[in-house]
Amino acid sequence: MKRYVIVGNGTAAVGCIEGIRACDRDGAITVISEEKRPVYGRPLISYYLEGKTDLEKMNYRPADFYEKNGCRLIYGRAATVDPEKKTVALDGGGSLPYDALCVATGSRPFVPPFEGLDAVEKKFSFMTLDDALALEKELDKDARVLIVGAGPIGLKCAEGIKERVGRITVCDLADRVLSSILDTDCAGFVQKHLEANGIDFLLGDTAVKFDRNTATMKSGKTVEFDLLVLAVGVRANTDLVKAAGGTVNRGIVVDEKMQASVPGIYSAGDCAEGYDASIGANRVIAILPNAYLQGHAAGVNMAGGDVRYGNAIPMNSIGFFGLHIMTAGAYDGEMSEEKTEEGIKRFFTKDGLLRGYILIGETERAGIYTSLIREKTPLDTVDFDLTKKVASNLIFSRENRRKKFGGVV
Amino acid sequence: MKRVYVNEEWCLGCHLCEYNCAFANSGLKDMAFALKDKKIFPRIHVEGDDKITFAVSCRHCTDPLCVRSCIAGAISKKDGVVKIDRTKCVGCLTCVLVCPYGALAPGENGTMQKCELCLENACGAPACVTGCPNKAIVYEERGDGE
Repeated sequence: MKRYVIVGNGTAAVGCIEGIRACDRDGAITVISEEKRPVYGRPLISYYLEGKTDLEKMNYRPADFYEKNGCRLIYGRAATVDPEKKTVALDGGGSLPYDALCVATGSRPFVPPFEGLDAVEKKFSFMTLDDALALEKELDKDARVLIVGAGPIGLKCAEGIKERVGRITVCDLADRVLSSILDTDCAGFVQKHLEANGIDFLLGDTAVKFDRNTATMKSGKTVEFDLLVLAVGVRANTDLVKAAGGTVNRGIVVDEKMQASVPGIYSAGDCAEGYDASIGANRVIAILPNAYLQGHAAGVNMAGGDVRYGNAIPMNSIGFFGLHIMTAGAYDGEMSEEKTEEGIKRFFTKDGLLRGYILIGETERAGIYTSLIREKTPLDTVDFDLTKKVASNLIFSRENRRKKFGGVV
Repeated sequence: MKRVYVNEEWCLGCHLCEYNCAFANSGLKDMAFALKDKKIFPRIHVEGDDKITFAVSCRHCTDPLCVRSCIAGAISKKDGVVKIDRTKCVGCLTCVLVCPYGALAPGENGTMQKCELCLENACGAPACVTGCPNKAIVYEERGDGE
């Protein structure tokens, strides 16, 4: 009977478990979880604070998930991996033998060394449910909140707590919101919407030092706050594999089978640096669907299957105060735009392929666009111009549609 | 398993499937009361132009990307049917981002809805199929995928 060990208990771990079980009903699976709770939907923490879900509904899988899948769940921390003996040593003693190991350790908040940060009494990261619960305890209708970082994490936090605090200021060194996924025009559109919903911004400027409840910005401005949320960025948790001799870059380097450079070790999720088809090179794609899909591929391969996950691309669906934003792929090549009162659609094409898109406020059936990128569909085989205004299956040939809607897919 | 399939050559573009779907999932007994003067949120939609029309609903894929991508774990597949637990859905639209067929859309309250083959409403079989005047939508067995 094969022995599987999974370090980490997030989305990639669930994908891995379900991947293993698709091939092997009997092998022993052990999951090591640092967070002392069953898997939950991490991106739901802002929705929790907003009151759109609750602790029970946040469970990513039903309560009997581990039992039904024959998994032993250990609350603890993996200290080291011995790739020769094929064992994982646990903090506090004990070791687990494995035939195949999946490192799905995710990422941790990156906190730059701000002067005076230690003396800030109420400071938070916004990554785990424990972070959200700690922040929730301090929410107060008069609280002034400073969020450092205008990326997805900082802005979802802002939305989640907006109705429960007095004032929110978001600062970022970048000159625009969501700078990792939006260009300047689209970011401007989103920023206006956020400002109309009561969020204040200091962009192209960031906190450089703290004096208890006062932040001094790079520009010299000062911001008074009661609660400080640090959402500057994240770092992949790669130490286990690095110490075991595996190749590590921004993340744990894996091939299309999700194998690390050390035999018997696989990696998936936010800690892994796998193939990104949109740039044709390895890159960390820290989004939930990718974590599941990488985890699933890892699990299948760990159990003796042979699948390759070669069409991963960055893609995001994120919304704030009713405005939905979707992005996918790479923004290179020729840009074409459709503007309406509700929003903006920008498409990027190159070498006869759709390479990427940004959709603000107009997201209906966007998966059709995403599939054109993922499948590398030659645009001369579809009527792409027709579908820029509204995504439609009409762009495909009759024969193609017959396969999609008249057959098993 | 049986799935819903469309034959676009026979589709009249009448949109009756959309109304039958919205009515079937309304839980109400009277169609006029359920739909009249209201914006409807059907789980099937007709696409096309003045020459070609066809209805699109969930394909209940063998490897459903929506199930694998849902951030809330709200979408699952059981006995071949892809279902959504709307009490868990937070309306993030990630399923819309990934569905290659454009088969999911938000309902009236902003949470997502999709075709679940009318297996759990009062119809017991797809209302779009039953009501299609030209048999352009059928519910039948075609191949092995689960």
